[in-house]
Amino acid sequence: MELAYSEQYRALQGEVRAFIAKYGHLSPKPGGGRQRPSKKALDWQKLLLEHGYFARNIPAEYGGFGLPLDVLELAVIAEEIAKGGVYPGIMNQGISMLVPTLLEVGTKEQCAQWIERTIRGEVIWCQGYSEPESGSDLAAARTKADVVDGHFVINGQKIWTSSAHYSDMMFLLCRTEPDQPKHKGLSYLLVPMNAPGIEVRPLVTMTGRATFNETFFTNVRVPTDQIVMGRGEGWHVANVTLKYERLLLGDANRLSARLARIRELMERTNLDGQRVMDIPEYRDRLMRLQGEVMASKYHGLRLLTEQARGEDSGLKRLIVKYNGTLLGYRLSSLAVDVLGAAGLAYDAKDEAAETDEATAWHIDNMYDIGLMIGGGSTNIQKNIIAERGLGLPREPKTAPATRS
Amino acid sequence: MDFALSEEQKMLEASLRGFLADRLPMGRRRAIAAAGSGHDAELWTGLVAQGLAGLIIPERHGGAGLGILDAAVAAECLGYHAVPGPFAASVVMASLALQASGTEAQQAAWLPKIASGEVRIAVGFASPVGQTGIAKVALEGTRLSGRVQSAIDGGGATHVLVFLETGQPALAAVDAKGVRATLLASLDRTRPLLDVSLEGAPAIVLSAANDALAARTRVLDAGRVMLAADTLGAAQSMLDQAVAFAKERVQFGRPIGSFQAVKHTLADLATTLEPCRALVWFAAHAQDALPDEARVSALQAKAHLDDVGREVARLATEVHGGMGFTDLQGLHYWWKRIDTNRQLLGTPERCRHEAALVQGWISS
Ligand SMILES: Cc1cc2nc3c(=O)[nH]c(=O)nc-3n(C[C@H](O)[C@H](O)[C@H](O)COP(=O)(O)OP(=O)(O)OC[C@H]3O[C@@H](n4cnc5c(N)ncnc54)[C@H](O)[C@@H]3O)c2cc1C
Repeated sequence: MELAYSEQYRALQGEVRAFIAKYGHLSPKPGGGRQRPSKKALDWQKLLLEHGYFARNIPAEYGGFGLPLDVLELAVIAEEIAKGGVYPGIMNQGISMLVPTLLEVGTKEQCAQWIERTIRGEVIWCQGYSEPESGSDLAAARTKADVVDGHFVINGQKIWTSSAHYSDMMFLLCRTEPDQPKHKGLSYLLVPMNAPGIEVRPLVTMTGRATFNETFFTNVRVPTDQIVMGRGEGWHVANVTLKYERLLLGDANRLSARLARIRELMERTNLDGQRVMDIPEYRDRLMRLQGEVMASKYHGLRLLTEQARGEDSGLKRLIVKYNGTLLGYRLSSLAVDVLGAAGLAYDAKDEAAETDEATAWHIDNMYDIGLMIGGGSTNIQKNIIAERGLGLPREPKTAPATRS
Repeated sequence: MDFALSEEQKMLEASLRGFLADRLPMGRRRAIAAAGSGHDAELWTGLVAQGLAGLIIPERHGGAGLGILDAAVAAECLGYHAVPGPFAASVVMASLALQASGTEAQQAAWLPKIASGEVRIAVGFASPVGQTGIAKVALEGTRLSGRVQSAIDGGGATHVLVFLETGQPALAAVDAKGVRATLLASLDRTRPLLDVSLEGAPAIVLSAANDALAARTRVLDAGRVMLAADTLGAAQSMLDQAVAFAKERVQFGRPIGSFQAVKHTLADLATTLEPCRALVWFAAHAQDALPDEARVSALQAKAHLDDVGREVARLATEVHGGMGFTDLQGLHYWWKRIDTNRQLLGTPERCRHEAALVQGWISS
């Protein structure tokens, strides 16, 4: 056990601090991200990329910094950026899900075509997985693509497509091999959102804002080379993507930052003339959450160490999404309770909503439920933890293979 | 940065596990618990030979010279195997107290005897540490009078160490004149508590620490980390037993572990328990190396493990059905261990309150 960073990492720490001191004033405000990146965000992204504080391990030929993976370097950079209060860079489904997927299973040409523009924030992607009839049962997807003279011709519907209304591209899971069993009939296609025949209709979420959509496909044509891996291998590719999504959703740094904000909120909020922090029942809730956040944080360090050593973390990794999203929800619930009646003014319509403290907490609190449902719901996570982590027997299979 | 056990720590763990799996089958545990003495000479001799008693005692005094993290690794093993015998107080807290507050001569006199397993010291507090019960002891000259109701590690205790209100620890032999030490028929029969009445009992007062209260706090926090680690091990054992049972037990023609309600219960327990290991490691390491983090992490580890432990104990028992409720299955040894740890050295509610105080979030 050694929690101090060695010389090499302390040097990097100093380097990042100096970068923030010099350029920090150019950073956009952290947070947000439910819209197309602004000019300011794109310029900041360029700076981060030039210094290797973003896409550090992506090969230089694809626009990255080209260094070999060192998870401790990444942790140092993330910590310093969080401490400095600057924008860590653009986070979207293309960057955190598609890019690692292409690097893992894409061709050289696909990597060259998409990665650089995606990490620069120029190409925005959305994820076309869920359908009205297949959510948790993702492999039952019915949207189909037939091959007609060198093109996939896509027909069907996706739903809950986050950010589709401003995306350039979609990674789409659809059925190309209707004669194959359920899991073997899927393919993973890359589809331009401006292709004729795509229609995006906004869906208003419980927060009152339209952050996801229904996406309809009518005879949408995509050249047959716009496929990741081969026909019928879409299920494998989709699972590669999901792996990255789930780690992203359980991030423990976010939880520590939240806890600190709630503590501060409890110290300056009064209830019946008393600081909320001085009311034992509220304080005990905070203290319980602190214990859990600490456990999650050190668990994160443990995973980081195992990752740095190339060890397989098994169960320890499988619990991260469920643990992190539930804890996040319980934290924002406490914040909402501390804000109480005075925090009930809520108008989430425009982007300025997020600058109102109480509104932002309410949005977070509701969004946390979304995080527990999206990326594999809590029950699905529990199935995975129990079956793959604890080795419990699988459910007897009942559903027949889906035919379109 | 390296957040993991060292190779030596993994070896310590493997060797203790191997020893206990071999020497402490359920029947043995049951027999020792039934006798109620909380001490078994043969098992204790074996554990001493494993180096357990001198784990954190410096080498020059006959110990292994290891730290609190190593002790936490051992405590987790002891909890996992529900080992009847002293450790948290007798081995860790007493050794630490002597090192922090004993003169060189006192250390030279006592530490080797702890390391050899010959002296076993129950520990009690005559000041508020978050425990219910009578805890009042006065010192006149070198004589102690008063009562400490539930000193920890009564099993096989040859001595008792009482922390006075000033923070100074005072050591007395259980068979000395003026000492009445009664082993309680405790909920946890594997680690019975000691009710200590003192009437002018002769004692050795350890007063070499510069700041007696600070030294006492360090011992107390180390004890809390040990109890947290013990609960971690006990809870892990209960979860492992429940998972194994769920794979075997068949109802409605399928293993009960294929029913989602059972599966999800176990997934929930694994999800809450696994991060606890990192918390316990961190808290233990903080006692050794991170003084600024030592207090809060010890308090939070104790409080959090108490709560998670109880949840694991309840649901792991329930997964076993009627079998879980029996004496025969023996799950109750772990249940009682977890519940006992919870009540000692600060309940979770008290620990969390103290953690808020320590961080300056409230004023006393
Ligand atoms: C905020 C948000 C953003 C999203 N963004 C995207 C996106 O960008 N792209 C995209 O493709 N999708 C997206 N989704 C969709 C998301 O992936 C699905 O909502 C999710 O997979 C669940 O599917 P469903 O909504 O059809 O619910 P269902 O699958 O119908 O589930 C309903 C309930 O039944 C439970 N359930 C289902 N099957 C089982 C089972 N076998 N065992 C036990 N319980 C079960 C679930 O846990 C859930 O509680 C998003 C969702 C949210 C909330």
